[in-house]
Amino acid sequence: MATFLRDVHMKRHNLLDTLFRNITRLSAFAVLLLLVAIIVSLIIGSAPSIKAFGLNFLTSTDWDPVADEYGALVPIVGTLATSAIALLIAIPVSFGIALFLTELSPRWLRRPLGIAVELLAGIPSIIYGMWGLFVFAPLFADHVQPWLIEELGPLPIFGPLFQGIPMGIGVLTAGIILAIMVIPFIASVMRDVFEVVPTLLKESAYGLGATTWEVMWNVVLPYTKIGVAGGIMLGLGRALGETMAVTFVIGNAHELSASLMMPGNSISSALANEFNEAVGELYTSALIELGLILFLITFIVLSLARYMLYMLAKREGSTA
Amino acid sequence: MLTLYARRRLINAMGLGISAVAMLFGLFWLGWILWTLLANGLPHLTTAVFTQMTPPPNSSGGLLNAIAGSLMMTFLAALIGTPIGILAGTYLAEFGQRGWLAPTTRFINDVLLSAPSIVIGLFIYEMYVLKIGHFSGWAGALALSILVIPIVIRTTENMLRLVPNTLREAAAALGAPQWKVINLVTLRAARAGIITGVLLAVARISGETAPLLFTSLNNQFWSSDLDQPMANLPVVIFQFAMSPYEDWQSLAWAGALLITISVLTLNIMARVLFRQSSTTY
Repeated sequence: MATFLRDVHMKRHNLLDTLFRNITRLSAFAVLLLLVAIIVSLIIGSAPSIKAFGLNFLTSTDWDPVADEYGALVPIVGTLATSAIALLIAIPVSFGIALFLTELSPRWLRRPLGIAVELLAGIPSIIYGMWGLFVFAPLFADHVQPWLIEELGPLPIFGPLFQGIPMGIGVLTAGIILAIMVIPFIASVMRDVFEVVPTLLKESAYGLGATTWEVMWNVVLPYTKIGVAGGIMLGLGRALGETMAVTFVIGNAHELSASLMMPGNSISSALANEFNEAVGELYTSALIELGLILFLITFIVLSLARYMLYMLAKREGSTA
Repeated sequence: MLTLYARRRLINAMGLGISAVAMLFGLFWLGWILWTLLANGLPHLTTAVFTQMTPPPNSSGGLLNAIAGSLMMTFLAALIGTPIGILAGTYLAEFGQRGWLAPTTRFINDVLLSAPSIVIGLFIYEMYVLKIGHFSGWAGALALSILVIPIVIRTTENMLRLVPNTLREAAAALGAPQWKVINLVTLRAARAGIITGVLLAVARISGETAPLLFTSLNNQFWSSDLDQPMANLPVVIFQFAMSPYEDWQSLAWAGALLITISVLTLNIMARVLFRQSSTTY
């Protein structure tokens, strides 16, 4: 009798164990399925546009809903240009913030400052957009852009980037606002990877008489360079896909212009502005193809970012 | 000519000075943005905002339908996304030692964590809105739930990994089968951390605009029917802020302040609940 009962119990538990394990496995599998579904549905959605324009879609600057001619070059360039500006500003600032948080700040100040940086990351992007349009852009047009145009416009090589009229909105403004948005992401990754550097290593350098800056530059940074690169790529991924902050201030002009002062367009802001108003299969489909391109670009960038961060974590695991 | 020592000290002082300036630079934007929000939003944050519907252009009104819509969709999204996220996170932490599924899922999940949210909106548009033929609150909730899942998975896995193995072994030694060990011991031990993850996920989606544009869209009137287009704060703010009407712009500022306060409160609550720096970038 007792053995019989025990067997029933064991069977029940084995069944429940298998059931539970498979439910969790199914959920994990659902994530993979989700990724496949996203890519497949975007490809199906953009099929008419892919058929109509082929690879020309990537190199054409046309965007003419009346003639039903579409090309993705303007929004792609806009997306890349705004993200590049954002990284140019955000990398040094994030490095400074991470250095301050890990090496300089008094211990009691670290937590509040860390929270402040994370709050900056928590502010919804639409708020950055509104603030950019109503507060930042007018000031930028009145005080900064005239100076940039005057001083940098006549320069030989970089000059054309800064020629134009001070409108406030445009590619440069969008890039600056993106920079403010990605600084907290990059800074918090950098801080976290700086913290994995073994204290022993840093103290050896200090013991040899190195200054804080030298420890940072010659010990911490070389040790963590994969992680730092991963953090930067993570920020890049964010910047590429960011929608609302850019949509408010980029100006939504489907024109290719050498000047960063002029309005442009990015993939995400083209989608946000035009998708709901798009009539006709080809127009909608061209916009979905833009979305597909954006997803593929960010997917590659983010995969690289994660790969780099894993590499650092792995090395950390093997030396510890 | 500076001596080597003086030069090194100078470089050090400059580097550290610049780093302090960078820190101030970051704080400066935070302060400026919050101040702008308070200055523009507070005067318009009247009781009408909470009691009246979104108005037609050039007349006064409130944001009641948008607030209710946002609450409903956010709640539903958390309700759909949290169980899937916790289960998948449990798989990664507890069963994922062998095989290809766990590492692949972990990688893909980390990528989805920062995937552009507007593409998620497009995806739900393709998969759901096109099939039923109109925008709807359900579509909005689904889009948001896809943003919730990766965040919950990441925190669940991280928190379960913090649970000491001795706890699992003790439970197993008492004869508990694995499903009981996980449900009654490990998940329970990691509860605070997992709730933190859910709060962070809710904070993230309550400010999301892009995925709602093509899914729930907007509705000028009161509607609690999830099968119809549904008003929500972010899209209303977007529409009102971009409009030329002053009444609409003031309401947009009030809404912006409201959203920011709730998002920041959720963020701070999550941190108080679990005093460890977050791992969701």
